[in-house]
Amino acid sequence: MCLAIPMRVLSIDGDTIVAEIDGVKREASLMIIGEEIGVGDYVVVHAGFVISRMDEKEALITLELMKEMKPESATASA
Amino acid sequence: MNYMDEFRDRDVVLGYAAQIRKLSEQRPEPMAFMEVCGTHTMSIYQYGIRSLLPEGVRLISGPGCPVCVTPNRYIDRAIAISRLSDTIITTFGDMLRVPGSSSSLMEERARGADVRIVYSPLDAVAIARKNPCKRVVFLGVGFETTAPAIAASILAATGDGLANYLVLAAHKTIPLPMELLSSDPELKIDGYICPAHVSAIIGANAFRGLAEQRGVPCVVTGFEPADVMQGVEMLVRQVVEGKSRVENQYSRVVTWEGNCKAQSVLAQVFSVCDAEWRGIGVIPGSGLEIAADYAAYDAEKVLPVSVEETREHQGCRCGDILRGKVSPFDCPLFDRACTPESPVGACMVSSEGTCAAAYKYGR
Repeated sequence: MCLAIPMRVLSIDGDTIVAEIDGVKREASLMIIGEEIGVGDYVVVHAGFVISRMDEKEALITLELMKEMKPESATASA
Repeated sequence: MNYMDEFRDRDVVLGYAAQIRKLSEQRPEPMAFMEVCGTHTMSIYQYGIRSLLPEGVRLISGPGCPVCVTPNRYIDRAIAISRLSDTIITTFGDMLRVPGSSSSLMEERARGADVRIVYSPLDAVAIARKNPCKRVVFLGVGFETTAPAIAASILAATGDGLANYLVLAAHKTIPLPMELLSSDPELKIDGYICPAHVSAIIGANAFRGLAEQRGVPCVVTGFEPADVMQGVEMLVRQVVEGKSRVENQYSRVVTWEGNCKAQSVLAQVFSVCDAEWRGIGVIPGSGLEIAADYAAYDAEKVLPVSVEETREHQGCRCGDILRGKVSPFDCPLFDRACTPESPVGACMVSSEGTCAAAYKYGR
């Protein structure tokens, strides 16, 4: 029910965007998001509405933290 | 890139497993963490998270599936409305097969009721626009992630001047049952894996009371396997260090304040009410009803129907499962009388119910 997937914004027309994931395109409404959304952004879409914009900087910080968890050999080959 | 693969990195997941094991050795007593989101429940089963954790670190599924916590009485009312003439019921797919006291929407549809699955409540508004001579009733079930979308659909109907769009609302908010369950001496919850997308709306700050006043560690956690493992690691660390605070593992999507626009749309269309939770009972202030200004859209007020007397399903342990008291495997019906093909209880029907997840991935 609260499943929401990160989708890439392809186009914006007023209060509606078209976003895509794995080749599947979906329309979603911007009615309940206050942030500016741009083409190329990743957004979290739930029940036809954009509920959040994915913050790339934060994603990279989390990934950096996660990388420290890898055993030495895995990081070296990555 | 959308980073899906990076958050499924096996080495990262195993790295966290080792780290959790090492940390948990610093505390002789076992720990139990509860997740209160059906998508977490699914992730935990799907990726075999429990098998990666040491014996002393237990994960308990709580009341995180909105369809599952919806009481029979609501289903029965939706069924009664579906039997009215010139009525189209619109709903998210997982409500269809939930058994009410004596029928389900699926059965009603087979008998001729017009019940349609929609992807978005805006699709339901579009159906109302196309069918001016019929009333279109949307089944508004869900937590804080879903409720603003339903609120927005009511605003859209208002904007279009539609008088034939109605919502049968049974929305619920999750922090209050979390507080209730955290003080249950039988459960002894050491921390919460806080819901990801609910938090995108309400903000990580919503759990401060739970962590700071009640002393229950909280970590807002994403859904990918590396997210869940990192979230559990952060919880174990808090327990071991004797800390109790809110941490945000899912900062790429969730902020501390949450989505203010969604919050204001929600506050405009809904007001707080008491709500009945399957298995828990009535929790004061844990529900959302359509506000007086929008009463014309409230199916419960506009459509008086007589609802049959509620009957619970014999032997079904859904209630105890939703409170985290027992696991699906403790239910005498699980995988016998109750399967996804012929579900007896709500937790088996919804794709994110604890029993459905245990059936699909846990057997």
